[in-house]
Parts: sequence; C-alpha cells; structure tokens
Amino acid sequence: MQTLILLLPQLILFLAAVVVFGLDLVGRDEKKWLPYVALGGAIVALVVAVYLIVAVELPAEPMLGGTIALDSFAFFFQIVATLVAALVIISSLGYMRERTPYRAEFYGLLLLACLAITLVAAAADLIMVYVAFELLSITSYILTGYLREDRKSSEAAIKYFLYGAMASAAMLYGMSLLYGATASTDLSAIADALLGAGASLRWLVFPSIVLLMVGFGFKIAAVPFHQWSPDAYEGAPTPVTAFLSVGPKAAGFALLVRVFLIALPDFRADWVALLSAISMMTMSLGNLVALSQRNIKRMLAYSSIAHAGYILIGLVSWDLWHSESAFNGINGVLIYLLAYLFTNLGAFAVVIAFEQATGSNQIEDYAGLMQRSPALAGTMLIFLFSLTGIPGTGGFIGKLFVFGAAIQVQFYALAVVAIVNSVIAAFYYLNVLRYMFFQPALEGASALKLSPTLTVTLAVTCGLTLVIGLYAQPFLRLAQFSVGLLGI
Amino acid sequence: MNFPILSLITFIPLLGALIVFFIPKDKEDWIRWVSTIISFIPLILSFIVYAAVRADPGQMWFMEEYSWIPTISVYYRMGVDGISAVMLLLTALLSTLSYFYSIYTIKNRVKEYYFLFFLLQMGMSGVFVSLDLIFFYVFWEIGLVPMYLLIGVWGGERRIYAAIKFFLYTLAGSVAMLLAIIGVYLNTGTFNILEAAAAQPFAGNFVLAAAAFWAFFIAFAIKVPSFPFHTWLPDAHTEAPTCGSVILAGVLLKLGAYGLIRIVLPFFPQVFSYYAYTVPIIPILAVISIVYGALVCMAQWDLKRLIAYSSVSHMGYVTLGICAAAASLAISGHGEGLMTSAAIGLNGATLQMFTHGIITGGLFFLVGIIYERAHTRDLKAFGGLGAKVPYYYGIMMVTGFASLGLPGLAGFWSEFFVFRGTFAIIPVFACIGVAGVVFTAAYILWKIVQYVFLGEFDQAKWDEATHHAKLTDMELFEKVTMWPLVIVMVLVGFYPTVVVALLNGATTALLGKL
Repeated sequence: MQTLILLLPQLILFLAAVVVFGLDLVGRDEKKWLPYVALGGAIVALVVAVYLIVAVELPAEPMLGGTIALDSFAFFFQIVATLVAALVIISSLGYMRERTPYRAEFYGLLLLACLAITLVAAAADLIMVYVAFELLSITSYILTGYLREDRKSSEAAIKYFLYGAMASAAMLYGMSLLYGATASTDLSAIADALLGAGASLRWLVFPSIVLLMVGFGFKIAAVPFHQWSPDAYEGAPTPVTAFLSVGPKAAGFALLVRVFLIALPDFRADWVALLSAISMMTMSLGNLVALSQRNIKRMLAYSSIAHAGYILIGLVSWDLWHSESAFNGINGVLIYLLAYLFTNLGAFAVVIAFEQATGSNQIEDYAGLMQRSPALAGTMLIFLFSLTGIPGTGGFIGKLFVFGAAIQVQFYALAVVAIVNSVIAAFYYLNVLRYMFFQPALEGASALKLSPTLTVTLAVTCGLTLVIGLYAQPFLRLAQFSVGLLGI
Repeated sequence: MNFPILSLITFIPLLGALIVFFIPKDKEDWIRWVSTIISFIPLILSFIVYAAVRADPGQMWFMEEYSWIPTISVYYRMGVDGISAVMLLLTALLSTLSYFYSIYTIKNRVKEYYFLFFLLQMGMSGVFVSLDLIFFYVFWEIGLVPMYLLIGVWGGERRIYAAIKFFLYTLAGSVAMLLAIIGVYLNTGTFNILEAAAAQPFAGNFVLAAAAFWAFFIAFAIKVPSFPFHTWLPDAHTEAPTCGSVILAGVLLKLGAYGLIRIVLPFFPQVFSYYAYTVPIIPILAVISIVYGALVCMAQWDLKRLIAYSSVSHMGYVTLGICAAAASLAISGHGEGLMTSAAIGLNGATLQMFTHGIITGGLFFLVGIIYERAHTRDLKAFGGLGAKVPYYYGIMMVTGFASLGLPGLAGFWSEFFVFRGTFAIIPVFACIGVAGVVFTAAYILWKIVQYVFLGEFDQAKWDEATHHAKLTDMELFEKVTMWPLVIVMVLVGFYPTVVVALLNGATTALLGKL
C-alpha cells in the first residue's frame, strides 16, 4: 500500500495518458476538452507529488525489487516533470489547433514523456535506467516529428532519432561493460563491487564511463553529443522545442547524478576530469555558435547547450567533504534546473506567441515588439536577463550556486571559463532585446494579440522566475531536502 | 524597531515605478509630474539621513537587518555612514533634477522612460546603503538594466553600440566580482561587509588575496572608470540622453569609487598597499587617467564627448586619493602625520566624488541645453555665444571654473585635499597628477569658454551649422534645474565643512580599522 501511494503521481500521469488515448478513439466528434484532461492529469500529479513530499516520510532505499528509488531526489524531478507537462500543454493548445487536426495523441505522448522523466530520475537499476531512457527518447522522437505535413518537422525527427539510436546503443554497451566488471545492474551493488577494486578494474570501468556519457550527453545536449539539437529544436513544433529544451535535459542530469554519484563514487576523479572538459567545451561552443544565429529557436537551442555546460559545473564540483555546505554542487544543479525550467519555458512561450501571431521565428522580425506588445517584450526581457544571470531573476541564483560550488572545491579554471561565457552569452541575449526595444517596428506591423492560455503560461513562468530570484529560500530548501535523502 | 528610512529611500522609487506602470500611457503630463513629485520623498528623506548622520559620521546609522536567504546567510542589511549619506544625497538630488528636467525634454515613450528611471534610482540608492555583499551585488547589477535601455532607446545616433558596450563592460567586471564575493564568503563565512572586513579575507594567502583583490578592483575600475578600462565611457556618455549622462557621470561612476572605498580598501588593505606603494600599478593607472583624460579632452570637438573624457580625468583624482590612503599602510612607522595625510587623501577622494557629481552633472545639463537649441555639439559651429546667451554663459562659467578647481568653488577643495594627501605619501604621483590640473584649465578655458562663448557671433556660420536654429537664452525650467547645482558648488566652495565633516568622520573611522 505504501508503495502504491508513493507511486501515485506516476500512476496518475499514466492513467491520464491512457484516458486521453482511449477517449480519442470513442466517437468521431472533435473533443476540445481532451487537452484539458491531460492538463488536469499533470496538475493533479503535481499536487499529489508536492503533498507526498510534505506529508509522507520518503524511503531512502529502492523498492520494487530494487529497481525504483522513490526518494526525495526522485520527487524533485516529479515536480519538475509535471510542471513541464502542465506548462507545455497550456502553451500548445492554440498552436497545435492551428496546425493539425489530430491532436489528442500529442497530449497523451507528452504525458508519457513526462512519466518517462520521472522514471528516469527514480531508476536505481541499470535496466530500469535503460527502459525509462528509451521511453523518453521514443516519445520525444514522435513529438518532434508530430507535424507530418511539415518537412522540417520530419527531418528534425529523423535526425533526432538517428543520433538518439546511436547514443542509446553506446550507452547500452557502457552498461554491459559495467555489468561485466561488477556482475550487477543495481547501482548501489555496483558501487559495493567496485569498492577497493578501483585500480584493477579501471581499464574496464573508464571506457564504460565514457560510453555512458555518450548517452547522458545526448540527453542533456552536451558537446560533442549536441549536433542533433539545433536542427531538432528548429524543426520541431515550438511547444515540443520548449519541452525538449527542459524535460529531457532535466532527466539527463538526474541520470548523471544518480549513476555517477551512486554507482561510481570511487571513480570520481575519472568522471570529473571527463565532465570538466565536456562542461568547458559545452559552454564555450554553445555560446560562441549562438552568437551568429538569426533564428530565435536555433539561438535558444545553442543557448540551452551552453546552459547544460553551466549545470555540469555543479555536478563536477560535488565532493563528499562539502556535502553539508549549501554550496555543494548538486544543490546548484537542482536550483539551476528549476530556475532554468521556468525561464526557458517562458522564453519559448513568447516565441510561440510571436510565431502564432506573425508566423516568423527570425530575430529581426522581433523589431519594435515593445510597441506591438509590451507584455511579450516585457516578459521576454525578464527571461533573457534570467538566462544572462542578472540578479533579481532565478538565473542568477542558479549561477550563484554552481559558481559557488566550483570555487568551494577550488576549480577556479572552471569558474573563470564560466564567467567569460556569461559575458559572451549576454551579447546574443541583448541582441534580441536590441531588436525588441531599440528598433522601430517594420512598416505595417500591427499590435499583437495574446491568447488567454499563453497569458497564463507567461504569468506563471515570469512570476516564478522572479520569485526564485527574489525569494530563493523555499526553493533552496526543496533542493537541499532532495539532495539530503539521496543516500550518498 | 527603528523607522526603516533607508528602505524607504531605496524602495520609494520602486513604488514610483509601479505607480507609473498603472498610469495610462497617453496621460503623459500626469506621468511626468507625478514622478517628479514622488522623487521629492527620497530627496527629503536623504536630507534627514544627512542631518542625522552629522552627529557621528564614523559609525553606521539606521541599520536594518532581516534574514533573506538563511541557507547561505544572505541578509537584507542596510546602514549608512558619512560617505554613504553624502552619496545618497547626491543620488536623490541629481535624480529629482533629472525627473524635473525630463518633464520638458522627453517627448517619446514617456511612460517607459520614467519607469526605467525609477528602477535606476532604486539600484543606485541600494548600492550606497547595502551592507551585505550579495545585496550590494543585486543592486549593482539591477541598475545596469535600466541604464542600458535608457541609452538604447532615448540616446543619440550611435546609441545601440554605446548601450551594448556599456552593458558588456560592466557585466564583465561584475561577474568577476561575483566570484570574488563567493570566495570571500567561503573564506570568512559571512556576506556582511563590515564583518568580512574585520575578518580580513584570505589573510596570509597573498596569491588568493591578490586574485580576489583584482577581481573586485577591475569590477570597480571599469565603473570608475580608470584607464585602461575607460573606453566604454565616452561612447555611453556621449550617446545617452541628457539626464542619462547626468546620472552616469554624477552617480554611476561613483558606485565604482564607492566600492573601492567600502569593499576593496577595508577587505584587502595589505594587497592594496602593495599595489599602491611597493608595486605602484594602481597609482600609475590613476595618473594616466588624469593626464591622458585631460589631454584627450583637448583634442575633442564634440562638446559632450569632451565632458565625458573630463570625467575620466577627474575620477582619476578619486583613485589617486584612495591610493594614497592605501599606500600609507605600506610605509613603516605609522606616524600621526602619515595617518592624517592618509585621511586627507581619502577625504579628497570622497569629496571629489561628491563635487564631480554636482559639477559634471551640471555640465551635462548645460550641454543638453545648448544641444536642444542647436542640435549640434560641434565646437566649431559655436563662437561668440557669450553676447547672445549671457545667462547661459554665466552659469557655464561658474560650472566650468568649479570643474577646473578655482578656489571659492567646490572643485578646488577636493583636488586640494587629494594632492595634499598624496604629496605626503606618494609624492611622485602627486607631481605628475598636478599636470592634469593644468591641462584641465587649458581645455575648459580654451575649448569650452573660448570656442563657445568668446569672439564675434557669426550668424552665417551658426545658420549653416544648425540649419537656422533659433538661439534663445535659458528657459525658466532650465534655470531651475541649474540653480540647486550652482548653489551647492558655491556653498561647498566657501564652506566645505558641510560635506567634509561627514566624510572626515567616516574616513577616519574607516582608516582606524585597517
């Protein structure tokens, strides 16, 4: 019974998805209320997850035969996933209505993808990791190619799929090496088996870390496994792009934390070296290439690559001696992800609204947005400054904690590369602001209408971006609580 | 609990911004007047703070402390001593004058303009009252955003370039500062500026202390700006709208100097004295700023750009004065006389912050006034204006002479104190720096007075250069804007104690703790 209660948020997501798929088959009439069923499912799951965190004592040990760990860390990602689901569903209502008559599956798939995120974050066994990972990947491929008539959408899905299949295969190979070395798929059993055996098994474990990183790097879009993301982001329906930029990334980081920290703590030096290099490359390449982008979806794609680099700093800077400190890296990862979630979904909500009104995604078409729609321009200003990391926004708190973690463990080089990158990044974010605020609108440009559903998304995301920035304490406590029961 | 006067001074502008936000866009006169009236509240409160702090300017007044992010012990922590009180007054005064002057001069996007200006005022006031490093940093960066937009939307021809340059330069400095702030916290366990200063971060580890020192120093030197970090300034000041330039020169530059005095000097006295005396990199930068800034002024033909460069030169005095105070720590045998000279140097630096704010703020208003008429700032287009606009001529003469340090006006005392302090401690740099005073006199008299006002007025040249603009003397609102500034210049010139009493108490206390 206890197990069932703890699984409730995931069951609700699953049921909602099944209901959406099932009801769509009944009768021929168009059911306008089906998306709201999906939305309701996501919100109920969110509420239940929050309630369980507050009211129930969460177990530290994995359950269901050691496959799933429903600890506070997993619940943190349930909150993330359900928030993503709810916000993406609200933002896509109008957008999808204009583009395709077959919409119910879209919302069902979104729910399944979010369910997959919660499973990935809870997986305590390599088999479960792989299954949840594939569920997330496959739903993401379909969502990316959802607009069948649109060539770009199909192209994006194919690219995403080809890269994803390769990455999964590499990751699976890495897992099999790890199994070969330890004769176990259970994460904590792997750690036990490797305890003390460090040097003698290194020839087997290090390649397996590299191969695992291919899969995880693909999910968080870290360099050099990022090539799929700009094309997939540009081609996918914009709400899906919003989802991809946040959901799978969060799942990837959950995996990184769990697998590397729980299964491979003795090989910390190895994966830290690897991840530091990846982090620096990811930040630098993401930001430098973003500078030259003229399509806002592509720009945000490269920006999200860069942000993966910043978040990796937090993971790299984790060490046992500082785990009690507020500046332990994992705290930084979680708070950064939370702030980034609201900021990026908000920024994409603006992009969706603009695309719905004008049909364009070119940055130069944002000229004079301040006159055309002060609400869109004003909220976008806050999102872009949050991405830049200006105080008063959530992005600043995230950066404060990951940079703080790096300094605490004396990874000064990493911190310096990160701040140089923050300045480079400011340039392309400001470039969008320049068009919106400083350039006059093109001739004949009229005021833009904002749909009520997008207004809700903007209000929620913008509000929470500011709340995290101005009153971070509750979010920090949530992050600390989630790290605390991780059992590392 | 005390009356939260500092919170009110800081956040009434935010309230003003909200009020402006809810006034309909087309009620422009409402927005203008309501904003101006609201801005008197922080001004009056700043006067009250100023009057109260006079009793004992060496200690912190009106302390407010609330827990903000307990996890990492970040506090909402405010307090003022003599230096902050003077800076707060300067901020409120220049802001109110800017709101008033803008009533008549800002014609487009009025609502956004006042909204942003209020946010700017909040950011600036917040920096001067913060006693917590993160709190300080938040205000430091928040002020950046409205200024970026003010330059970019209401600025001159090259405004977009100037705006982004301003933003990126300041951001580059401040992210480095953020790392140093975190470092200080991890080392001392507190974000409290006073406690961290008492704990002396990284004491005993010269390499780390020097790294943190330079991170802070560069962030502040960019804002001051000190050579070689000054190149954003001429662009930003020249392209900003008149009131933007006034605030930039009058207050924003002081944020950098204030940071040097409030954070860098008390946190890293050893490192600072090392780089001010043993390896005198910083005084070299200061005198280069002074002399080079003044020389560049002499080569300018754009009046606004000239005054922008004069800020580089004048803020060099501030850095030099702070250097003198820092250098005194490296000289063995802390004699009474040396301490006095250090205090005098620091008094000069802080007084220069105040007087430069008043004087250069005034000069930028005056440039704005002539530009409104002529729509050019080319010095070659002017000449002989003295006879045509005598009132303007008179005000410009007073302000210009104050700028070049004529005894009897405000600028004299600050320069005198700086050189008096510096000469006793690092005489070589004082001697080189004094050359800057000569060049200042040269560009004020030669470039501004002679090219603009003296000689015969040539109607044909004027018509050609300004497309037949009408040349009228100052309007009443322009006079009203300038009067308070001129009064302060003369008052401080004749009776510097009104300000120096506060500054001296604070600087002596500050130096006593080092």
